[in-house]
Amino acid sequence: MAIDLTDEVVAPAPQEPVISARDVRVWYGTTRGAIRAVDGVSFDLAPGETLGLVGESGCGKSTLGRGLMGLLPEGAKRDGEVLFRGRDIFSLSKKEAYQLRGRELGMIFQEPLTRLNPLMRISQHFEETIKQHEPDLSKDEIRDRALEVLRLMGIPPTRYRSYPHEFSGGMRQRLMIALALVLRPAFVVADEPTTALDVLVEAQIVQILNDLRRNFQTSLLLITHNVGIVAEACDRVAVMYAGRIVEQGRVAEVFKNPQHPYTRALMRSTISLTTTGLNYIPGAPPDLVDPPDGCRFHPRCTEAMNVCAVQNPVDIERPGGGRVECWLVGPDDQIPPGGKQSLKQEELTVVDEA
Amino acid sequence: MSSLVEVRDLSVYFELRGGTFARLFGRDTGLIKAVDGVTLDLRPGEVVGLVGESGSGKSTLGRALLGLVPATHGSIRLKDQDLADLNRRKLREIRQVVQMVFQDPNAALNPSMTVEEAVADALRVHGVRSSAERRTRVVEALERVGLSPVELFLSKYPRDLSGGQKQRVVLARAIVLDPELLVADEPVSMLDMSVRAKILQLMLDLKNDLGLTYVYITHDLATAKYFCDRIAIMYLGRVVEIGPTDEIFANPRHPYTKALLAAIPEPDPDKALPRDLPRGEIPDAAQPPLGCAFHPRCPEAVSACGWESRDLRALLEEHWMRADAAYDEEQNVIGDLEALDDPSTIATFGAGGSAAVRAILDRMRAEDTAEPLWSGVTSIQDSGSGVTVHFEPAPSPALRRAGGVDVACVLYPNEGTGRTSD
Repeated sequence: MAIDLTDEVVAPAPQEPVISARDVRVWYGTTRGAIRAVDGVSFDLAPGETLGLVGESGCGKSTLGRGLMGLLPEGAKRDGEVLFRGRDIFSLSKKEAYQLRGRELGMIFQEPLTRLNPLMRISQHFEETIKQHEPDLSKDEIRDRALEVLRLMGIPPTRYRSYPHEFSGGMRQRLMIALALVLRPAFVVADEPTTALDVLVEAQIVQILNDLRRNFQTSLLLITHNVGIVAEACDRVAVMYAGRIVEQGRVAEVFKNPQHPYTRALMRSTISLTTTGLNYIPGAPPDLVDPPDGCRFHPRCTEAMNVCAVQNPVDIERPGGGRVECWLVGPDDQIPPGGKQSLKQEELTVVDEA
Repeated sequence: MSSLVEVRDLSVYFELRGGTFARLFGRDTGLIKAVDGVTLDLRPGEVVGLVGESGSGKSTLGRALLGLVPATHGSIRLKDQDLADLNRRKLREIRQVVQMVFQDPNAALNPSMTVEEAVADALRVHGVRSSAERRTRVVEALERVGLSPVELFLSKYPRDLSGGQKQRVVLARAIVLDPELLVADEPVSMLDMSVRAKILQLMLDLKNDLGLTYVYITHDLATAKYFCDRIAIMYLGRVVEIGPTDEIFANPRHPYTKALLAAIPEPDPDKALPRDLPRGEIPDAAQPPLGCAFHPRCPEAVSACGWESRDLRALLEEHWMRADAAYDEEQNVIGDLEALDDPSTIATFGAGGSAAVRAILDRMRAEDTAEPLWSGVTSIQDSGSGVTVHFEPAPSPALRRAGGVDVACVLYPNEGTGRTSD
């Protein structure tokens, strides 16, 4: 079966994008074959824009974030093209990539305590970070810059010489964000930055991330499993399933009028204060060594058609802007005769549950 | 209707052991009041939610209901037996009646036991000798939690199961002894969004089919709204608001309850971000704030909340976070902030002379005239090279009737009178 994957034609953004990813793939070699964790992902990120990357565990969202940073574990391979201000960061040498990280590309992790050195004062963390990239700055200049960004994160200057263990969980995450931002990178990946935090602290951090645009002009890729956080802190959203971005567009657009059945299912299954019924997505995400033919979501999709099981969906422009790949949206002229009939599927049971 | 469980003025304290030196010199290193004077009744068939952030004491209270931690004061009566009177053997017997579901199914299941062994183990411990009977009951329990066809699961190990399936095994193990009360500690928070609703639905079905009573421990008010008949909001070991779920959500009274509600991320992009979030985080339980424990974070605090020295430190630090504040000079005038770290309603501090310290305090006051701390100050006196600030002492508010619920907040002093500030 001929499958056309070179299907990305993204409309030109009003501003030159900071990050422009085209057909990014990341795979891990295993004895069973390659796990294709990220399988042909394309997106653009404008300056100062926040893109929320959302999906279930194992959909490849964290792998994508690390892949962009060049922080993949041994044994992982990546392919595709990621233009950072016109330069392909996937083809940089190790040394060039190292120079770029920290200064231009920042990363915020989930568990801050494991990323801070327990034997170093906060001041030393900042000195090390800044010296690495701007060796000419004096200690006082470093202090001024560090205190300024700490203030914006809500950490008082009195704590500058404290050790990481003297901070609470939320403060540590603020420190991590401050350390990532002190060099004013143009692009930051935040991987589940609030998952380990309490609800009220999570809301505080979401607010800080939401204010980043105003304070730092940083483009942010915010990886989360929580659609609520995307709605509160992001301009655009990319919904990821089994290694593919199945729908992306402006948050208000996508969440008001979700086109992909997976987006709809994900939103329905979120329990919020306005939920009126308990909904869930049957089944589990597929094995990425051997994903299902056609649309990868079709075995769990309640609206699947015959074509979905045999032919890969085509990436098309979403009604209302953005991209979507789902046969329900089209293009109709590529659906073979009889392809629109609803697919007869086996009922999913607890055996297949996530 | 008689209660299944009666908790009366329950306190659970943990002693802090401190380091080797502290023990060597017999120094008292402190006491954590994990649960501090909680009274709660559980009626048969009811779902009661214990909601709060980590460190609120909700899990300790849940564990106390199973006798897993001893009560320091107060009592827990389960089916008219006081847990404190029971020896280990009797406690084990009573745990047929109360079972627990833990948060992390990976940690709750022994990786070297098959599903059948894990569920049957509970029966074995409770004296079901016949292996045939054990198997029958295991199969029945697995079917109840939806793990069918059962043959597919009996010989599987936890590593072969998905998160949702593991939590079903944990539920099967909990119900196999026909308990009356299930204490579920964050049963869905480790699971993916897509299966949370499914496991909650299963728990509701089990409750209806088996006539169970639940204590549902969570930090998430959204799931609690769905699941619970009554909700107790906990903060630093105390219940600060308790009442019927509908009333709590329709008309939240305690500022902490309001804050928890505002903090839930909504998928609706039209909803504005909450802007008046409580500052800071849950404080150190070994040295809780004086007065109302929530007052340092409370957006609605008033003069009678129990202001103290550490609040003044926090306010100074906040003052120095404003970009225009002259941190370096002022810091020298104020001197060592550690003088403010001992909880007290009398704060003596300052290094650069009384007049200079007063000038800084005046500047802070002018910066934010609405700051409620100043209304709790009774006097500021010169003292040595600095000042002594006296605060109005205040007790920790007790639970009082307000509308259909009970609230522990000075804004609700008596039944029906509403807010004093109005």
